[in-house]
Amino acid sequence: MQPILEVRDLRVEFATRRGTLRALDGVSFSIMPGEVLGVVGESGAGKSMTGAAIIGLLEPPGRIAGGQILLNGRRIDNLRYEEMRRIRGKEIGAIFQDPLTTLNPLYTVGDQLVETMLTHLPIGAAEARKRAVNWLEMVGIPAAAQRVDSYPHEFSGGMRQRVVIALALCAEPRMVVADEPTTALDVSIQAQVIALLKSLAREKGMAMMLVTHDMGVIAETADRVAVMYAGRIAEIGPVRAVVQAPRHPYSAGLMASIPPLDRKVEHLAQIEGAMPRLSAIPEGCAFNPRCPHVFDRCRAERPELLETGATRAACWLYDPASEKQAPEALRHA
Amino acid sequence: MAAILAPLGRLLDSDLFYSFRRSPVTVVSALVALVCLVGAGLAPWLAPHDPFDLASLNLIDAFKPPAWMAEGDATYPLGTDDQGRDLLSAIMYGARISLLVGICAVLFSTLLGVGIGLAAGYLGGTVDGLLMRIADIQLTFPSILIALLVDGVVRAALPQEVHEHIALFVVIFAIGISAWPQFARTVRSSTLVERNKEYVLAARVIGLSRPHIMLTHVLPNVLGPVLVIATLNLGNAIISEATLSFLGVGVPPTQPSLGTLIRIGNDFLGSGEWWITIFPGAALVAMVLSVNLLGDWLRDALNPKLR
Amino acid sequence: MAAFILSRILQAIPVMLVVAFISFAMFTYVGDPVAIMLGQDFTEAQRAALVSSLGLDQPFFVQFARFIGQAVQGEFGLSYRLSRPVAELIAERAPATLELAFCAAGIALVVGVAMGVYTGLYRNSWLSRALLTFSLVGVSLPPFLIGILLILIFSVWLGWLPSFGRGEVVQLGWWSTGFLTWSGLKALVLPSITLGLFQLTLIMRLVRAEMLEVLRTDYIKFARARGLSNRAVHFGHALKNTLVPVITIAGLQLGGIIAFAIVTETVFQWPGMGLLFIQSVSVADIPVMAAYLLLIALVFVSINLAVDLLYYAVDPRLRVGRGRGH
Repeated sequence: MQPILEVRDLRVEFATRRGTLRALDGVSFSIMPGEVLGVVGESGAGKSMTGAAIIGLLEPPGRIAGGQILLNGRRIDNLRYEEMRRIRGKEIGAIFQDPLTTLNPLYTVGDQLVETMLTHLPIGAAEARKRAVNWLEMVGIPAAAQRVDSYPHEFSGGMRQRVVIALALCAEPRMVVADEPTTALDVSIQAQVIALLKSLAREKGMAMMLVTHDMGVIAETADRVAVMYAGRIAEIGPVRAVVQAPRHPYSAGLMASIPPLDRKVEHLAQIEGAMPRLSAIPEGCAFNPRCPHVFDRCRAERPELLETGATRAACWLYDPASEKQAPEALRHA
Repeated sequence: MAAILAPLGRLLDSDLFYSFRRSPVTVVSALVALVCLVGAGLAPWLAPHDPFDLASLNLIDAFKPPAWMAEGDATYPLGTDDQGRDLLSAIMYGARISLLVGICAVLFSTLLGVGIGLAAGYLGGTVDGLLMRIADIQLTFPSILIALLVDGVVRAALPQEVHEHIALFVVIFAIGISAWPQFARTVRSSTLVERNKEYVLAARVIGLSRPHIMLTHVLPNVLGPVLVIATLNLGNAIISEATLSFLGVGVPPTQPSLGTLIRIGNDFLGSGEWWITIFPGAALVAMVLSVNLLGDWLRDALNPKLR
Repeated sequence: MAAFILSRILQAIPVMLVVAFISFAMFTYVGDPVAIMLGQDFTEAQRAALVSSLGLDQPFFVQFARFIGQAVQGEFGLSYRLSRPVAELIAERAPATLELAFCAAGIALVVGVAMGVYTGLYRNSWLSRALLTFSLVGVSLPPFLIGILLILIFSVWLGWLPSFGRGEVVQLGWWSTGFLTWSGLKALVLPSITLGLFQLTLIMRLVRAEMLEVLRTDYIKFARARGLSNRAVHFGHALKNTLVPVITIAGLQLGGIIAFAIVTETVFQWPGMGLLFIQSVSVADIPVMAAYLLLIALVFVSINLAVDLLYYAVDPRLRVGRGRGH
């Protein structure tokens, strides 16, 4: 089966006065139809940047400096603005973080839905309006037939995010990029919105790239997970393997910092130090200054993604040719 | 010597001076402003002729074009007006009046506005409500209209002989009073912020009186924005004075400002003597533009939260 | 809606009262209207008769109430200078000023918004930079100098357009219009540009700043992410949001046009209310000044009301009471 989205060796750079910064470096992954790929990592690791590059809306001076992005086997990273515009919304939907600022305050939610559908679908205004009401019902807005004429400020935050979801999906894209869709919401609402996204994705057979720093959301929703660090993918694999048996020392540290629910712990594990700034990414493995298992090779050579069994991790511990091999703690069972 | 050089060194080393040096537009405006200031301030010593010395005026010299034109005369580099006055000297003396009125008016509105703003912000309550309501109402009207009106009322209220004596002060008063609300509003909002800070509370706890706290603790903290507004207002004040004088209700004809010169020259525009009005106009624009650019730079450099 | 308008009108009343009070105070206490009206020779009896006929012997509040009553009927007495009813003078001059202000406001709004949108969308193009520089000069040039420069270039040197007056006007009832004759239209060009240019540059800078602000917002990014056309994003979404703050300030600026008409009318000897006012100021013709002040206040209050209503129409967040809960 052909992946719906394939990212190959993606490189994003920013030209600044102090030279060119590489925000994404060699990012590769693919998403199959109907699959949910979670993307996790600290702020600034390049999660949102990857999403923005895919929908072709990198903020200048950021630009794609290398690699390819393929949608259904067709390259989309080198399209002109107008060609890419026809793909946005129609073939790739996008959901943003803060529902309070994502909706235009001056138009009713119905108007915004109708406008989006009329842009992409061969339907008339009356049909579009009917579908707008339908969509509002589908995302769980009560009394949708009346609320379709309400303005965004008349909805609560959680309801607005449902509207945003409807807007992102109303032109029926096969692929959705959701950038921190629940971060700005109340904790009690987060689960509802995630459940909605998940069920819609399943129902419509939609693929999704779910960017978040919330491991709970990932564990709940994703089929596979990519862990990002300093603009690179550190580890990628099935959600169960990455969450329960991470192989990369960074993913291991990340997972260990999540408080377990089933037992009491005195101290949560934390990773010493901080992620390097883009202007000061170290030689070799970007994680090497913070890594508890670091050895000489990590400081000299940059690791590619290597098979570790269940997942693939960018770590020299998994190269049989390395002088040091992964310790028991990372081998799990 | 060292005592003078030390602060100078600090100034040359400061962020402010760095941002100044990095902006060529600002450096040029500062130079232009300096030339205007020196030329106007030292007019009696620098000007080639004394335009007010009636004995030296000769109608034969009237309407001479600038020196570089065919009928020009090297003694009058920018030509002469209808009475044979040297235009360059008249402009220098005129700029003196314009600057004087502008600076005094801004000082007046700054003092008035800062005082009212401090009072409103610190005292709060009814005083605050009343003062700010007045400021709101006045802000609804363009300041030039207020200045015109104040000037007109004073003109009507005073006998003509008295008015001629104090006309300059009337103009300063009229322009000054038309611009205070902007200062008052900014100072008030900064005062409201400062008032609740701990150092002011501490000052109150140790028993300092309210006026004392306002002057020694709150005032220094609101001076940055005030300086910026004052600079930006200087350009406006100069324009207001020129406008009033152009309309014939500003400074008295015996003390012509740039606006008066433009008004006089305007009568000869149709007959082709363009220089009598264009050169004073250019001087006015150079002055206002350089002051405005300096003000813009100062606002960005100090970056107070204006607007 | 009705309640909204009503509350705005109620808010405007104190402003009008304050202005009326200032006018009244000028009328009553500045100069000596009795002496001016009587002229050189008069007896004490004549004087007393005039004082009581003007109601000047009445208590303060009675006088003020009478002043307001007369002002509402457009009754401001005789001009000291021209000895004609002030209301008649103003009615005669109003069409000239209003037509000029209308043209200037039109130029300022249409060109200002267009240039602001352009410089906001294409902020790095050379045309945008040129327009911005031009606007900075525009803000620093006093309006009367712009008028003088335009006259010098287009009247004196090129001889294309008249430098003063309204040209031929056509009388439509009491309204005299310059819109219907070629010379009237030609006469409007230079004064309208002079009067509009300052507001134009302000509106342009304002629209540009707001446009840049709005283009950075999430809802514009989201509109792009939904694949809406550039046209829809720029004009449907960005411009409409830009208009909310622009309406307020532009409204106040347009009020300024009526006031700045004083200067423009002086430069171009335009026979409007502004010229009447400035002639009155220089000879302290208080009744005309008082009436003009009240009229200007009325114009400003009306513009503010119109701005509030427009605001209400554009921004749904203001329409309280429509919300159907969360």
